[in-house]
Amino acid sequence: MMGHLANFPGADNPLLWILGVPLGSAGFLVVLKEWRVATWVNVVASAITFASSLMLLDHRPAATRLLFIDDFNVYLVVLTSFIGLTTAVFSAAYIARESEAQRLSDLHLRFYHSMYQAFLFTMLLALTANNTGVMWVAVEAATLTTVLMVSLYRTREAIEAAWKYFILCSVGIGLALFGTTLVYLAAQPVMGDGADAMAWTLMIKRAHAFQPDLLNLAFVFVLVGYGTKVGLAPLHSWLPDAHAEGPTPISAVLSGLLLNVALYALLRFKMLIAANGQALTPGPLLVMMGLSSLFLAAFMLYRRGDIKRLFAYSSIEHMGVITFAFGMGGALANFAGLMHMTMHSLTKSAIFFAVGIISQNEGTKRIADIRGLTASHPVLGWGFVLAVLAIAGLPPMGVFMSEFLVVSSTFARQPLLAIPLALGLLLAFGALVSRLQMMAFGEPPKVVASHGTATTFSSILALTPLWVHMLLVLVAGLYLPKELVAWFQVVARLLG
Amino acid sequence: MADISQFSYEVAHLIGATVLMAGFQLLYQRRLFAVLNTFAFQALALAAAAAWQAHVQHAPHLYITAAIALVFKAMIVPFALHWLVEKLGIHRSVETAMSIGWTMTSGVALVALSILLVLPVTANAAALTRESLALAMSVILLGLLMMITRHNAVTQVVGFMALENGLILAAVSAKGMPLVVEISIAFSVLVAMTLFGIFFFRIRERFETLDLNDLETYRGDRQ
Repeated sequence: MMGHLANFPGADNPLLWILGVPLGSAGFLVVLKEWRVATWVNVVASAITFASSLMLLDHRPAATRLLFIDDFNVYLVVLTSFIGLTTAVFSAAYIARESEAQRLSDLHLRFYHSMYQAFLFTMLLALTANNTGVMWVAVEAATLTTVLMVSLYRTREAIEAAWKYFILCSVGIGLALFGTTLVYLAAQPVMGDGADAMAWTLMIKRAHAFQPDLLNLAFVFVLVGYGTKVGLAPLHSWLPDAHAEGPTPISAVLSGLLLNVALYALLRFKMLIAANGQALTPGPLLVMMGLSSLFLAAFMLYRRGDIKRLFAYSSIEHMGVITFAFGMGGALANFAGLMHMTMHSLTKSAIFFAVGIISQNEGTKRIADIRGLTASHPVLGWGFVLAVLAIAGLPPMGVFMSEFLVVSSTFARQPLLAIPLALGLLLAFGALVSRLQMMAFGEPPKVVASHGTATTFSSILALTPLWVHMLLVLVAGLYLPKELVAWFQVVARLLG
Repeated sequence: MADISQFSYEVAHLIGATVLMAGFQLLYQRRLFAVLNTFAFQALALAAAAAWQAHVQHAPHLYITAAIALVFKAMIVPFALHWLVEKLGIHRSVETAMSIGWTMTSGVALVALSILLVLPVTANAAALTRESLALAMSVILLGLLMMITRHNAVTQVVGFMALENGLILAAVSAKGMPLVVEISIAFSVLVAMTLFGIFFFRIRERFETLDLNDLETYRGDRQ
């Protein structure tokens, strides 16, 4: 399929594969009629992308005007392509069961698989772009592809959610573009006209000479713009709907990956501001938005009746915690933020995998109708329990460790800020655990709901990604390899 | 930027101000077709602004941006929206959330805000960039205001496109900014998708809070 790439002079450049494979397969999947084959093409393409991203770890291509890899984005590229792969595996099982239930037509499925790869492409492009404009175009395209996937079921609610997502995020990225233009204007007198004044690698070296006032104004627009896509309160209102109404594999990648990519964009601009030195300190703004997201989401968690919305709000909560950590800044808090980004991505997508199977099994997304999961489906039920306890922040999981680091690093520097932070985390913990109790334990409903004719193979396939993620989160909570810690530390210093 | 004469500066200023004036007009139009015509006029002015910048900056790629604005935004989009309004039977008059007086006052306040914000921070930039940037930011904020004060899905889309006109105005005025053409293409795709969405999903009116209950008469496309 991608054989022609071997003729290119740069065929040994992993970046070419990382971007070329998803883009090529997105084109190929549009014309592929048989959806059973398409699910596997989707998995294979994601696997090749993941394998190429692993090659980046020991062979890092030199930065060009268009693309670059540094310590910061390499880990997000690997994480994105890994979750892209596990979600593709989960999606294969999920789609098979959806198709049995005849909820999706063949045309929709073709479209879905093509958009899935296109979405991976746009996210990877946004992460590796060495140009603020290219990054912006990639984030915009990521919005488009996800809007199309959120509206896949064509129900009234799905259309509504997609429309809301579309309008709010379009305005958001519009404002981000104005911020990007302002950053270019700040850089242009120093860097000269043209692409140099938009390249991250070149700008960061001479950022101290940029005009600080212009950077300040730019950062406000970038914060509001990309902040909308991160789902920071009060700009979050698209997020629960988009997560709830789309197909569940999409909820998993939205929460686990897209929010990270938007936050990555924001952090790049923050690094520029920090390198300038005279511009405003973005910290307090980020801390404030982080805390408001945390509190808003923690309270909202108590009143959710829909299982997917519940975990969408939990994503807002965790993005709040991460933003808070980066807002605090300093080596330790940045370290905690990076780690929490990783742990949240792994755990949250695992939760959505479980939720996808649960809602297919029970035929409902209402929390009140889901009961006794550990009794009726032990492997799924206990995996779900483990994942929810992990996201709630119970030791010894990785999420606990990163949250503990955020709280303790805050306590060391600003004890007063640590109090609301800990309070918010406890509130969210209470909400999640009480919901979990209702769903996981108690008598399972007597009627065995629409189990369908799901084969054992497809249920194993659906459950594997969930357990792989949970295993990783558990291991990370118990033991982090020295190399990984050293690497996180390097990036934490980069972030300033 | 030294080669820019007083004349070219004044022309650029004039065209930018025309785009802003159209932004104001959009705020008080009561009839949907009038809104569409005003938007077409704004897009026309934007095309002129982009073409003038292409001429002044000796940047031929900006002519492409101007062409996109002229053909897509000033012709195809208003025409398509016109057709949609008739096809879907959308109410021809537009309700606003605020009275026109208040809307206009807020609009003036937003323009003042952008001038106060932009002019001091761009003291070192060339005059051409400074004023255009202040104008562009005003257009963006007016577009946002329009999206907030109008209830109807079509006028919201027009508000978004007006906002986008401001963004393109800012991008063409930033001397030597790369990727402007790509960005305007990306926006055109976005807008085309929106029109497509309105048509296929029969999103008609009243998105007061962008809330589910406000989708007044939804009819699914395949039932």
